Amino acid sequence: MGFFIETLLGGLMTGVLYALIGLGFVLIFKASGVFNFAQGAMVLVAALAMARFSAWAIELTGSMLFGNVIAFFMSVAFMIALAIAIERLVLRHLVNQELTTLLMATLGITYVLDGLGQTVFGSSVYTIDVGMPKEPLFLFQDVFEGGILLNPDDLIAALVGAALVAALALLFQYTKVGRALRAVADDHQAAQSVGIPLGRIWVVVWSVAGVVALVAGIVWGSKLGVQFSLSTVALRALPVVILGGLTSVPGAILGGLIIGVGEKLSEVYLGSFVGGGIEVWFAYALALLVLLVRPEGLFGEKHIDRV
Amino acid sequence: MTSMNATEAAATAVPYLAVNNVEVIYNHVILVLKGVSLQVPQGGIVALLGANGAGKSTTLKSISNLLHAERGDVTKGNIEFKGARIDQMTPNELVRRGVIQVMEGRHCFGHLTIEENLLTGAYTRKISRTELRDSLDKVYHYFPRLKTRRSSQAGYTSGGEQQMCAIGRALMAKPEMILLDEPSMGLAPQIVEEIFEIVKDLNGKEGVSFLLAEQNTMVALRYADFGYIMENGRIVMEGEAKELATNEDVKEFYLGLSGEGRKSFRDVKHYRRRKRWLS
Repeated sequence: MGFFIETLLGGLMTGVLYALIGLGFVLIFKASGVFNFAQGAMVLVAALAMARFSAWAIELTGSMLFGNVIAFFMSVAFMIALAIAIERLVLRHLVNQELTTLLMATLGITYVLDGLGQTVFGSSVYTIDVGMPKEPLFLFQDVFEGGILLNPDDLIAALVGAALVAALALLFQYTKVGRALRAVADDHQAAQSVGIPLGRIWVVVWSVAGVVALVAGIVWGSKLGVQFSLSTVALRALPVVILGGLTSVPGAILGGLIIGVGEKLSEVYLGSFVGGGIEVWFAYALALLVLLVRPEGLFGEKHIDRV
Repeated sequence: MTSMNATEAAATAVPYLAVNNVEVIYNHVILVLKGVSLQVPQGGIVALLGANGAGKSTTLKSISNLLHAERGDVTKGNIEFKGARIDQMTPNELVRRGVIQVMEGRHCFGHLTIEENLLTGAYTRKISRTELRDSLDKVYHYFPRLKTRRSSQAGYTSGGEQQMCAIGRALMAKPEMILLDEPSMGLAPQIVEEIFEIVKDLNGKEGVSFLLAEQNTMVALRYADFGYIMENGRIVMEGEAKELATNEDVKEFYLGLSGEGRKSFRDVKHYRRRKRWLS
Protein backbone atom coordinates (compact mmCIF):
# COMPACT_ATOMS: atom_id res chain seq x y z
CA MET A 1 0.00 0.00 0.00
CA GLY A 2 2.82 2.33 0.93
CA PHE A 3 4.49 1.61 -2.39
CA PHE A 4 1.27 2.28 -4.31
CA ILE A 5 0.82 5.66 -2.68
CA GLU A 6 4.44 6.49 -3.26
CA THR A 7 4.06 5.71 -6.98
CA LEU A 8 0.85 7.67 -7.07
CA LEU A 9 2.45 10.73 -5.49
CA GLY A 10 5.44 10.44 -7.78
CA GLY A 11 3.05 10.37 -10.72
CA LEU A 12 1.16 13.39 -9.47
CA MET A 13 4.37 15.38 -9.16
CA THR A 14 5.47 14.48 -12.67
CA GLY A 15 2.00 15.36 -13.78
CA VAL A 16 2.31 18.87 -12.41
CA LEU A 17 5.57 19.29 -14.29
CA TYR A 18 3.87 18.25 -17.50
CA ALA A 19 0.98 20.54 -16.73
CA LEU A 20 3.35 23.48 -16.35
CA ILE A 21 4.47 23.06 -19.93
CA GLY A 22 0.97 22.22 -21.12
CA LEU A 23 -0.23 25.52 -19.69
CA GLY A 24 1.97 27.44 -22.10
CA PHE A 25 0.37 25.62 -25.03
CA VAL A 26 -3.10 26.31 -23.73
CA LEU A 27 -2.45 30.02 -23.19
CA ILE A 28 -1.36 30.69 -26.72
CA PHE A 29 -3.97 28.42 -28.20
CA LYS A 30 -6.69 30.23 -26.29
CA ALA A 31 -5.57 33.63 -27.43
CA SER A 32 -4.70 32.99 -31.03
CA GLY A 33 -6.27 29.68 -31.89
CA VAL A 34 -2.92 28.32 -32.93
CA PHE A 35 -0.91 25.48 -31.50
CA ASN A 36 2.41 26.94 -30.50
CA PHE A 37 5.17 24.54 -31.43
CA ALA A 38 7.68 26.97 -30.02
CA GLN A 39 6.61 26.41 -26.43
CA GLY A 40 9.37 23.84 -25.88
CA ALA A 41 11.97 26.15 -27.34
CA MET A 42 10.68 28.92 -25.09
CA VAL A 43 11.16 26.67 -22.09
CA LEU A 44 14.73 26.03 -23.21
CA VAL A 45 15.50 29.69 -23.84
CA ALA A 46 13.91 30.73 -20.54
CA ALA A 47 15.89 28.12 -18.64
CA LEU A 48 19.11 29.12 -20.40
CA ALA A 49 18.50 32.76 -19.57
CA MET A 50 17.75 31.92 -15.95
CA ALA A 51 20.82 29.71 -15.65
CA ARG A 52 23.19 32.32 -17.06
CA PHE A 53 21.63 35.29 -15.32
CA SER A 54 21.59 33.53 -11.95
CA ALA A 55 25.23 32.43 -12.25
CA TRP A 56 26.14 36.04 -12.95
CA ALA A 57 23.86 37.59 -10.34
CA ILE A 58 24.84 35.19 -7.57
CA GLU A 59 28.49 35.91 -8.21
CA LEU A 60 27.78 39.61 -8.23
CA THR A 61 25.70 39.80 -5.09
CA GLY A 62 27.24 36.90 -3.26
CA SER A 63 23.82 35.89 -2.06
CA MET A 64 22.06 32.85 -3.36
CA LEU A 65 18.52 34.07 -2.69
CA PHE A 66 19.08 37.62 -3.82
CA GLY A 67 20.93 36.57 -6.93
CA ASN A 68 18.20 34.17 -7.94
CA VAL A 69 15.50 36.77 -7.44
CA ILE A 70 17.39 39.25 -9.61
CA ALA A 71 17.98 36.59 -12.22
CA PHE A 72 14.30 35.64 -12.18
CA PHE A 73 13.20 39.19 -12.88
CA MET A 74 15.86 39.60 -15.54
CA SER A 75 14.60 36.42 -17.18
CA VAL A 76 11.01 37.68 -17.01
CA ALA A 77 12.12 40.88 -18.70
CA PHE A 78 13.95 38.80 -21.28
CA MET A 79 10.87 36.71 -22.03
CA ILE A 80 8.75 39.85 -22.39
CA ALA A 81 11.30 41.29 -24.79
CA LEU A 82 11.12 38.03 -26.70
CA ALA A 83 7.32 38.26 -26.84
CA ILE A 84 7.52 41.79 -28.22
CA ALA A 85 10.07 40.68 -30.82
CA ILE A 86 7.89 37.76 -31.90
CA GLU A 87 4.87 40.04 -32.26
CA ARG A 88 6.82 42.63 -34.26
CA LEU A 89 8.67 40.25 -36.51
CA VAL A 90 6.20 37.44 -37.02
CA LEU A 91 2.65 37.74 -35.74
CA ARG A 92 1.98 41.29 -36.89
CA HIS A 93 2.45 40.23 -40.49
CA LEU A 94 0.16 37.26 -40.18
CA VAL A 95 -3.02 38.90 -38.96
CA ASN A 96 -6.07 37.22 -40.46
CA GLN A 97 -4.06 34.57 -42.22
CA GLU A 98 -4.93 30.90 -42.26
CA LEU A 99 -4.27 29.15 -38.98
CA THR A 100 -1.97 26.71 -40.75
CA THR A 101 0.21 29.65 -41.72
CA LEU A 102 0.48 30.69 -38.09
CA LEU A 103 1.19 27.10 -37.12
CA MET A 104 4.08 26.93 -39.57
CA ALA A 105 5.30 30.26 -38.26
CA THR A 106 5.51 28.87 -34.72
CA LEU A 107 7.45 25.93 -36.11
CA GLY A 108 9.85 28.44 -37.59
CA ILE A 109 10.08 30.31 -34.30
CA THR A 110 11.02 27.00 -32.65
CA TYR A 111 14.14 26.60 -34.77
CA VAL A 112 15.13 30.22 -34.46
CA LEU A 113 14.81 30.10 -30.68
CA ASP A 114 16.64 26.78 -30.37
CA GLY A 115 19.52 28.11 -32.40
CA LEU A 116 19.56 31.66 -31.15
CA GLY A 117 19.20 30.66 -27.51
CA GLN A 118 22.24 28.45 -27.69
CA THR A 119 24.20 30.99 -29.68
CA VAL A 120 23.54 33.74 -27.18
CA PHE A 121 23.73 31.77 -23.95
CA GLY A 122 26.10 28.97 -24.97
CA SER A 123 25.32 25.34 -25.59
CA SER A 124 26.95 23.57 -22.70
CA VAL A 125 24.96 22.02 -19.90
CA TYR A 126 24.14 24.49 -17.17
CA THR A 127 22.57 24.04 -13.81
CA ILE A 128 19.90 26.05 -12.13
CA ASP A 129 20.04 26.00 -8.39
CA VAL A 130 17.27 27.99 -6.81
CA GLY A 131 17.98 26.44 -3.44
CA MET A 132 15.17 23.93 -3.48
CA PRO A 133 15.55 21.38 -0.71
CA LYS A 134 16.83 18.13 -2.13
CA GLU A 135 16.66 15.97 1.00
CA PRO A 136 13.87 13.47 0.46
CA LEU A 137 11.11 13.51 3.00
CA PHE A 138 9.71 10.39 4.59
CA LEU A 139 6.05 10.76 5.44
CA PHE A 140 3.70 8.52 7.41
CA GLN A 141 6.53 6.46 8.72
CA ASP A 142 4.32 5.12 11.49
CA VAL A 143 1.49 4.18 9.10
CA PHE A 144 3.45 2.29 6.47
CA GLU A 145 6.60 0.36 6.79
CA GLY A 146 9.45 2.59 5.66
CA GLY A 147 7.09 5.53 5.14
CA ILE A 148 6.48 7.27 1.84
CA LEU A 149 9.35 8.85 0.01
CA LEU A 150 8.64 12.32 -1.27
CA ASN A 151 10.93 14.77 -3.00
CA PRO A 152 10.39 18.24 -1.54
CA ASP A 153 11.41 19.93 -4.80
CA ASP A 154 8.60 18.07 -6.55
CA LEU A 155 6.24 19.21 -3.86
CA ILE A 156 7.26 22.84 -4.28
CA ALA A 157 6.92 22.54 -8.04
CA ALA A 158 3.44 21.16 -7.56
CA LEU A 159 2.44 24.07 -5.35
CA VAL A 160 3.88 26.62 -7.77
CA GLY A 161 2.05 24.92 -10.62
CA ALA A 162 -1.24 24.95 -8.76
CA ALA A 163 -0.87 28.63 -7.88
CA LEU A 164 -0.04 29.50 -11.46
CA VAL A 165 -3.05 27.65 -12.77
CA ALA A 166 -5.38 29.34 -10.31
CA ALA A 167 -4.01 32.76 -11.21
CA LEU A 168 -4.33 32.13 -14.93
CA ALA A 169 -7.85 30.74 -14.65
CA LEU A 170 -8.90 33.90 -12.81
CA LEU A 171 -7.15 36.09 -15.36
CA PHE A 172 -8.92 34.46 -18.25
CA GLN A 173 -12.37 34.25 -16.76
CA TYR A 174 -12.83 37.48 -14.91
CA THR A 175 -10.58 40.26 -16.14
CA LYS A 176 -10.98 42.64 -19.03
CA VAL A 177 -7.72 41.49 -20.56
CA GLY A 178 -8.75 37.87 -20.16
CA ARG A 179 -12.02 38.54 -21.97
CA ALA A 180 -10.15 40.34 -24.71
CA LEU A 181 -7.78 37.38 -25.02
CA ARG A 182 -10.66 34.99 -25.50
CA ALA A 183 -12.31 37.37 -27.93
CA VAL A 184 -9.17 37.53 -30.04
CA ALA A 185 -9.01 33.74 -30.05
CA ASP A 186 -12.56 33.54 -31.36
CA ASP A 187 -12.34 36.11 -34.10
CA HIS A 188 -9.33 38.30 -34.89
CA GLN A 189 -11.13 40.74 -37.12
CA ALA A 190 -14.17 41.17 -34.91
CA ALA A 191 -11.89 41.79 -31.96
CA GLN A 192 -10.17 44.47 -33.99
CA SER A 193 -13.49 45.98 -34.97
CA VAL A 194 -14.45 46.64 -31.36
CA GLY A 195 -11.10 48.29 -30.77
CA ILE A 196 -9.11 45.51 -29.16
CA PRO A 197 -5.52 46.08 -30.24
CA LEU A 198 -4.38 42.70 -31.52
CA GLY A 199 -0.70 43.46 -31.23
CA ARG A 200 -0.84 44.38 -27.58
CA ILE A 201 -2.97 41.34 -26.75
CA TRP A 202 -0.48 39.07 -28.46
CA VAL A 203 2.42 40.63 -26.61
CA VAL A 204 0.55 40.05 -23.36
CA VAL A 205 -0.25 36.45 -24.12
CA TRP A 206 3.21 35.55 -25.38
CA SER A 207 4.69 37.26 -22.34
CA VAL A 208 2.49 35.25 -20.02
CA ALA A 209 3.34 32.11 -21.95
CA GLY A 210 6.98 33.13 -21.66
CA VAL A 211 6.72 33.47 -17.89
CA VAL A 212 5.00 30.10 -17.68
CA ALA A 213 7.81 28.69 -19.81
CA LEU A 214 10.29 30.29 -17.43
CA VAL A 215 8.70 28.65 -14.40
CA ALA A 216 8.61 25.32 -16.23
CA GLY A 217 12.20 25.85 -17.31
CA ILE A 218 13.35 26.55 -13.76
CA VAL A 219 11.56 23.53 -12.37
CA TRP A 220 12.64 21.14 -15.12
CA GLY A 221 16.06 22.71 -15.40
CA SER A 222 16.84 22.29 -11.73
CA LYS A 223 15.86 18.63 -12.02
CA LEU A 224 17.47 17.69 -15.33
CA GLY A 225 20.02 20.40 -15.90
CA VAL A 226 19.64 23.01 -18.62
CA GLN A 227 20.48 21.62 -22.02
CA PHE A 228 19.10 21.26 -25.48
CA SER A 229 17.00 18.23 -24.64
CA LEU A 230 14.84 20.49 -22.49
CA SER A 231 13.09 21.74 -25.61
CA THR A 232 11.94 18.22 -26.43
CA VAL A 233 10.40 17.83 -23.00
CA ALA A 234 7.59 19.93 -24.40
CA LEU A 235 6.63 17.15 -26.75
CA ARG A 236 5.94 14.99 -23.74
CA ALA A 237 3.42 17.59 -22.65
CA LEU A 238 1.62 17.39 -25.97
CA PRO A 239 -0.59 14.46 -24.93
CA VAL A 240 -1.36 16.37 -21.76
CA VAL A 241 -3.06 19.20 -23.59
CA ILE A 242 -4.78 16.85 -26.00
CA LEU A 243 -6.21 14.97 -23.06
CA GLY A 244 -7.18 18.05 -21.08
CA GLY A 245 -8.41 20.06 -24.03
CA LEU A 246 -6.39 22.72 -25.80
CA THR A 247 -8.61 25.52 -24.58
CA SER A 248 -8.83 24.68 -20.91
CA VAL A 249 -6.42 25.89 -18.25
CA PRO A 250 -7.75 23.48 -15.60
CA GLY A 251 -7.77 20.82 -18.32
CA ALA A 252 -4.02 21.19 -18.72
CA ILE A 253 -3.44 20.58 -15.04
CA LEU A 254 -5.82 17.64 -14.82
CA GLY A 255 -4.48 16.16 -18.04
CA GLY A 256 -1.00 16.48 -16.61
CA LEU A 257 -1.99 14.70 -13.42
CA ILE A 258 -3.82 11.90 -15.23
CA ILE A 259 -0.89 11.28 -17.52
CA GLY A 260 1.71 11.59 -14.79
CA VAL A 261 -0.11 9.12 -12.58
CA GLY A 262 -1.06 6.82 -15.46
CA GLU A 263 2.52 6.64 -16.66
CA LYS A 264 3.95 5.71 -13.31
CA LEU A 265 1.25 3.30 -12.26
CA SER A 266 1.10 1.49 -15.59
CA GLU A 267 4.87 1.20 -15.65
CA VAL A 268 4.95 -0.30 -12.19
CA TYR A 269 1.91 -2.55 -12.37
CA LEU A 270 1.62 -3.43 -16.06
CA GLY A 271 5.20 -2.98 -17.18
CA SER A 272 6.24 -6.48 -16.21
CA PHE A 273 3.64 -8.04 -18.52
CA VAL A 274 4.79 -6.29 -21.68
CA GLY A 275 8.45 -6.08 -20.89
CA GLY A 276 8.45 -2.54 -19.52
CA GLY A 277 8.83 0.76 -21.31
CA ILE A 278 5.16 1.69 -20.97
CA GLU A 279 6.09 5.05 -19.50
CA VAL A 280 7.49 6.17 -22.84
CA TRP A 281 4.41 5.64 -24.96
CA PHE A 282 1.59 5.55 -22.44
CA ALA A 283 0.78 9.25 -22.77
CA TYR A 284 0.65 9.14 -26.56
CA ALA A 285 -1.58 6.07 -26.61
CA LEU A 286 -3.92 7.75 -24.17
CA ALA A 287 -3.97 10.93 -26.26
CA LEU A 288 -4.79 8.92 -29.36
CA LEU A 289 -7.68 7.30 -27.58
CA VAL A 290 -8.99 10.66 -26.42
CA LEU A 291 -8.77 12.04 -29.93
CA LEU A 292 -10.89 9.18 -31.18
CA VAL A 293 -13.58 9.48 -28.57
CA ARG A 294 -13.60 13.15 -27.65
CA PRO A 295 -11.52 15.28 -30.02
CA GLU A 296 -11.93 18.48 -28.03
CA GLY A 297 -10.38 16.84 -24.96
CA LEU A 298 -11.89 16.41 -21.53
CA PHE A 299 -12.50 20.09 -20.87
CA GLY A 300 -11.97 21.73 -24.21
CA GLU A 301 -14.52 24.01 -25.76
CA LYS A 302 -16.72 22.34 -28.28
CA HIS A 303 -16.35 23.74 -31.72
CA ILE A 304 -19.46 25.78 -32.44
CA ASP A 305 -20.65 25.85 -36.00
CA ARG A 306 -23.84 27.36 -37.29
CA VAL A 307 -25.22 25.84 -40.43
CA MET B 1 -33.17 79.35 -54.17
CA THR B 2 -33.39 77.94 -50.69
CA SER B 3 -32.13 74.57 -51.82
CA MET B 4 -29.18 76.36 -53.41
CA ASN B 5 -28.32 77.94 -50.07
CA ALA B 6 -28.61 74.62 -48.33
CA THR B 7 -26.15 72.95 -50.69
CA GLU B 8 -23.76 75.85 -50.36
CA ALA B 9 -23.95 75.62 -46.59
CA ALA B 10 -23.30 71.90 -46.75
CA ALA B 11 -20.32 72.46 -48.98
CA THR B 12 -18.68 75.04 -46.75
CA ALA B 13 -19.40 73.55 -43.34
CA VAL B 14 -17.07 70.81 -42.11
CA PRO B 15 -18.94 67.57 -42.75
CA TYR B 16 -19.30 65.02 -39.97
CA LEU B 17 -17.97 62.02 -41.81
CA ALA B 18 -16.52 62.62 -45.23
CA VAL B 19 -15.06 60.07 -47.57
CA ASN B 20 -13.23 61.90 -50.31
CA ASN B 21 -12.40 60.18 -53.57
CA VAL B 22 -11.12 57.03 -51.93
CA GLU B 23 -9.44 54.35 -53.96
CA VAL B 24 -8.81 50.93 -52.44
CA ILE B 25 -6.52 48.27 -53.79
CA TYR B 26 -6.40 44.73 -52.44
CA ASN B 27 -3.20 42.72 -52.60
CA HIS B 28 -1.51 45.58 -54.48
CA VAL B 29 -3.31 44.66 -57.69
CA ILE B 30 -7.06 44.38 -57.32
CA LEU B 31 -8.71 47.77 -57.67
CA VAL B 32 -11.93 47.59 -55.68
CA LEU B 33 -12.94 51.18 -54.98
CA LYS B 34 -12.43 53.59 -57.84
CA GLY B 35 -12.81 56.95 -56.21
CA VAL B 36 -15.68 56.86 -53.78
CA SER B 37 -16.92 60.04 -52.15
CA LEU B 38 -19.72 60.26 -49.66
CA GLN B 39 -20.78 62.18 -46.62
CA VAL B 40 -22.72 61.41 -43.50
CA PRO B 41 -24.23 64.36 -41.60
CA GLN B 42 -24.28 64.38 -37.83
CA GLY B 43 -27.25 62.43 -36.54
CA GLY B 44 -28.07 61.05 -39.97
CA ILE B 45 -28.81 57.58 -41.24
CA VAL B 46 -27.20 57.11 -44.60
CA ALA B 47 -27.71 53.99 -46.66
CA LEU B 48 -25.08 52.61 -48.99
CA LEU B 49 -26.82 50.41 -51.49
CA GLY B 50 -25.78 48.16 -54.29
CA ALA B 51 -25.44 44.60 -55.43
CA ASN B 52 -22.96 41.99 -54.29
CA GLY B 53 -19.38 43.02 -54.91
CA ALA B 54 -20.21 46.66 -55.58
CA GLY B 55 -17.77 47.76 -52.87
CA LYS B 56 -20.10 48.57 -49.99
CA SER B 57 -18.27 46.53 -47.40
CA THR B 58 -14.92 47.73 -48.65
CA THR B 59 -16.08 51.32 -48.29
CA LEU B 60 -17.08 50.69 -44.68
CA LYS B 61 -13.86 48.85 -43.95
CA SER B 62 -11.80 51.64 -45.45
CA ILE B 63 -13.46 53.98 -42.97
CA SER B 64 -13.04 51.70 -39.96
CA ASN B 65 -9.59 50.72 -41.21
CA LEU B 66 -10.17 46.99 -40.97
CA LEU B 67 -8.80 46.77 -44.50
CA HIS B 68 -5.25 46.12 -43.48
CA ALA B 69 -6.14 42.76 -42.05
CA GLU B 70 -7.40 41.79 -45.49
CA ARG B 71 -4.37 43.16 -47.32
CA GLY B 72 -6.31 46.13 -48.61
CA ASP B 73 -4.92 49.64 -48.81
CA VAL B 74 -6.39 53.07 -49.27
CA THR B 75 -4.18 54.29 -52.08
CA LYS B 76 -5.85 57.58 -52.91
CA GLY B 77 -8.15 60.07 -51.30
CA ASN B 78 -8.79 60.68 -47.64
CA ILE B 79 -11.36 60.14 -44.94
CA GLU B 80 -12.28 62.75 -42.39
CA PHE B 81 -14.29 62.51 -39.23
CA LYS B 82 -15.27 65.76 -37.56
CA GLY B 83 -12.66 67.58 -39.61
CA ALA B 84 -9.72 65.32 -38.72
CA ARG B 85 -8.06 62.81 -41.01
CA ILE B 86 -8.78 59.28 -39.85
CA ASP B 87 -7.50 57.17 -42.72
CA GLN B 88 -4.19 56.35 -41.05
CA MET B 89 -5.64 55.48 -37.66
CA THR B 90 -5.76 52.00 -36.19
CA PRO B 91 -9.21 50.57 -35.45
CA ASN B 92 -8.40 50.97 -31.77
CA GLU B 93 -7.88 54.74 -32.13
CA LEU B 94 -10.99 55.02 -34.27
CA VAL B 95 -13.17 53.26 -31.73
CA ARG B 96 -11.87 55.61 -29.08
CA ARG B 97 -12.80 58.52 -31.35
CA GLY B 98 -16.31 57.15 -31.65
CA VAL B 99 -16.33 55.37 -35.00
CA ILE B 100 -17.08 51.67 -34.80
CA GLN B 101 -18.00 49.06 -37.36
CA VAL B 102 -20.49 46.23 -36.96
CA MET B 103 -19.21 43.70 -39.40
CA GLU B 104 -21.11 41.81 -42.03
CA GLY B 105 -22.14 38.41 -40.78
CA ARG B 106 -22.31 39.51 -37.14
CA HIS B 107 -18.96 38.11 -36.02
CA CYS B 108 -19.93 37.59 -32.41
CA PHE B 109 -17.39 35.83 -30.25
CA GLY B 110 -18.97 32.39 -30.34
CA HIS B 111 -17.43 30.97 -27.20
CA LEU B 112 -18.11 34.02 -25.07
CA THR B 113 -21.50 34.53 -23.49
CA ILE B 114 -23.73 37.29 -24.78
CA GLU B 115 -22.86 39.42 -21.77
CA GLU B 116 -19.13 38.83 -22.20
CA ASN B 117 -19.52 39.77 -25.85
CA LEU B 118 -21.10 43.04 -24.83
CA LEU B 119 -18.38 43.68 -22.26
CA THR B 120 -15.62 43.30 -24.85
CA GLY B 121 -17.25 46.23 -26.64
CA ALA B 122 -16.26 48.47 -23.75
CA TYR B 123 -12.60 47.48 -24.07
CA THR B 124 -11.46 50.91 -25.16
CA ARG B 125 -13.30 52.77 -22.42
CA LYS B 126 -11.70 53.46 -19.09
CA ILE B 127 -14.77 53.37 -16.88
CA SER B 128 -15.81 52.24 -13.44
CA ARG B 129 -17.82 49.15 -12.69
CA THR B 130 -21.02 51.10 -12.16
CA GLU B 131 -20.65 52.93 -15.45
CA LEU B 132 -20.06 49.61 -17.13
CA ARG B 133 -23.19 48.26 -15.47
CA ASP B 134 -25.15 51.29 -16.71
CA SER B 135 -23.93 50.79 -20.25
CA LEU B 136 -24.95 47.15 -20.10
CA ASP B 137 -28.37 48.07 -18.81
CA LYS B 138 -28.79 50.55 -21.60
CA VAL B 139 -28.00 47.90 -24.20
CA TYR B 140 -30.42 45.51 -22.50
CA HIS B 141 -33.01 48.27 -22.59
CA TYR B 142 -32.74 48.55 -26.36
CA PHE B 143 -32.37 44.81 -26.86
CA PRO B 144 -34.50 43.10 -24.22
CA ARG B 145 -33.96 39.78 -26.02
CA LEU B 146 -30.27 39.91 -25.17
CA LYS B 147 -31.02 40.15 -21.49
CA THR B 148 -32.85 36.85 -21.53
CA ARG B 149 -29.93 35.22 -23.34
CA ARG B 150 -27.18 36.98 -21.42
CA SER B 151 -25.46 33.85 -20.14
CA SER B 152 -25.73 31.69 -23.23
CA GLN B 153 -22.72 31.30 -25.47
CA ALA B 154 -23.20 33.60 -28.44
CA GLY B 155 -22.46 30.78 -30.86
CA TYR B 156 -25.63 29.03 -29.78
CA THR B 157 -27.98 31.98 -30.21
CA SER B 158 -30.11 32.71 -33.26
CA GLY B 159 -29.00 34.89 -36.14
CA GLY B 160 -31.19 37.78 -35.04
CA GLU B 161 -29.87 37.59 -31.51
CA GLN B 162 -26.33 37.56 -32.84
CA GLN B 163 -27.02 40.65 -34.93
CA MET B 164 -28.43 42.37 -31.85
CA CYS B 165 -25.42 41.22 -29.88
CA ALA B 166 -23.08 42.68 -32.49
CA ILE B 167 -24.88 46.03 -32.49
CA GLY B 168 -25.11 46.01 -28.71
CA ARG B 169 -21.42 45.25 -28.47
CA ALA B 170 -20.68 48.26 -30.65
CA LEU B 171 -22.95 50.41 -28.47
CA MET B 172 -20.88 49.49 -25.43
CA ALA B 173 -18.03 51.51 -26.92
CA LYS B 174 -20.26 54.59 -26.70
CA PRO B 175 -19.90 55.40 -30.39
CA GLU B 176 -20.96 58.54 -32.22
CA MET B 177 -20.99 56.83 -35.56
CA ILE B 178 -21.77 53.20 -36.32
CA LEU B 179 -20.84 51.63 -39.63
CA LEU B 180 -23.41 48.90 -39.99
CA ASP B 181 -22.64 46.31 -42.59
CA GLU B 182 -25.51 44.26 -43.98
CA PRO B 183 -27.59 43.99 -40.81
CA SER B 184 -30.40 42.16 -42.58
CA MET B 185 -28.24 39.35 -43.92
CA GLY B 186 -29.84 35.96 -43.45
CA LEU B 187 -32.57 37.20 -41.13
CA ALA B 188 -36.32 36.77 -41.25
CA PRO B 189 -38.15 39.90 -42.49
CA GLN B 190 -39.76 40.38 -39.10
CA ILE B 191 -36.40 40.37 -37.33
CA VAL B 192 -34.97 42.73 -39.95
CA GLU B 193 -37.80 45.12 -39.21
CA GLU B 194 -37.16 44.80 -35.48
CA ILE B 195 -33.47 45.56 -35.91
CA PHE B 196 -34.07 48.57 -38.13
CA GLU B 197 -36.60 49.92 -35.63
CA ILE B 198 -33.92 49.73 -32.95
CA VAL B 199 -31.42 51.45 -35.25
CA LYS B 200 -33.91 54.26 -35.79
CA ASP B 201 -34.50 54.41 -32.06
CA LEU B 202 -30.79 54.60 -31.28
CA ASN B 203 -30.41 57.30 -33.88
CA GLY B 204 -33.19 59.35 -32.38
CA LYS B 205 -32.53 58.86 -28.67
CA GLU B 206 -28.78 58.36 -28.46
CA GLY B 207 -27.87 60.61 -31.36
CA VAL B 208 -25.77 57.91 -33.02
CA SER B 209 -25.19 58.46 -36.73
CA PHE B 210 -25.33 55.46 -39.01
CA LEU B 211 -23.78 54.56 -42.30
CA LEU B 212 -25.35 51.30 -43.32
CA ALA B 213 -24.50 49.06 -46.21
CA GLU B 214 -27.48 47.06 -47.36
CA GLN B 215 -28.65 44.86 -50.16
CA ASN B 216 -32.16 45.03 -48.87
CA THR B 217 -32.80 48.33 -50.62
CA MET B 218 -36.47 48.61 -49.81
CA VAL B 219 -36.07 48.36 -46.06
CA ALA B 220 -32.90 50.45 -45.97
CA LEU B 221 -34.47 53.34 -47.89
CA ARG B 222 -37.45 53.29 -45.58
CA TYR B 223 -35.31 53.93 -42.54
CA ALA B 224 -32.50 56.05 -44.00
CA ASP B 225 -32.57 59.80 -44.73
CA PHE B 226 -30.14 59.69 -47.60
CA GLY B 227 -28.85 57.01 -49.91
CA TYR B 228 -25.91 56.29 -52.18
CA ILE B 229 -26.00 53.58 -54.79
CA MET B 230 -22.79 51.81 -55.69
CA GLU B 231 -21.86 49.82 -58.71
CA ASN B 232 -18.47 48.41 -59.58
CA GLY B 233 -16.56 50.35 -56.97
CA ARG B 234 -18.13 53.70 -57.80
CA ILE B 235 -21.05 55.66 -56.52
CA VAL B 236 -23.46 55.97 -59.42
CA MET B 237 -26.40 57.67 -57.84
CA GLU B 238 -27.23 59.54 -54.70
CA GLY B 239 -30.19 61.31 -53.28
CA GLU B 240 -32.74 61.68 -50.53
CA ALA B 241 -33.99 58.26 -49.51
CA LYS B 242 -37.54 59.12 -50.55
CA GLU B 243 -36.45 60.22 -54.00
CA LEU B 244 -34.36 57.12 -54.54
CA ALA B 245 -37.23 54.93 -53.47
CA THR B 246 -39.39 56.38 -56.20
CA ASN B 247 -36.71 56.52 -58.90
CA GLU B 248 -37.71 54.32 -61.83
CA ASP B 249 -34.32 52.67 -62.34
CA VAL B 250 -33.82 51.98 -58.66
CA LYS B 251 -37.26 50.46 -58.58
CA GLU B 252 -36.49 48.30 -61.56
CA PHE B 253 -33.15 46.95 -60.49
CA TYR B 254 -33.08 47.03 -56.74
CA LEU B 255 -36.67 46.75 -55.73
CA GLY B 256 -37.78 44.51 -58.58
CA LEU B 257 -40.84 46.70 -59.12
CA SER B 258 -41.80 47.74 -62.56
CA GLY B 259 -45.05 48.47 -64.27
CA GLU B 260 -44.15 47.42 -67.77
CA GLY B 261 -42.71 43.94 -67.34
CA ARG B 262 -39.10 42.99 -67.89
CA LYS B 263 -36.80 45.54 -69.43
CA SER B 264 -33.57 44.85 -71.22
CA PHE B 265 -30.36 46.08 -69.66
CA ARG B 266 -29.67 47.87 -72.93
CA ASP B 267 -32.52 50.27 -72.31
CA VAL B 268 -31.22 51.32 -68.94
CA LYS B 269 -29.30 54.48 -68.35
CA HIS B 270 -25.65 53.69 -67.70
CA TYR B 271 -24.98 55.43 -64.45
CA ARG B 272 -21.48 54.10 -64.19
CA ARG B 273 -20.39 56.38 -67.03
CA ARG B 274 -21.26 59.45 -65.06
CA LYS B 275 -18.14 61.23 -63.91
CA ARG B 276 -17.95 62.29 -60.34
CA TRP B 277 -15.92 64.85 -58.51
CA LEU B 278 -12.19 64.44 -59.17
CA SER B 279 -12.50 61.01 -60.66
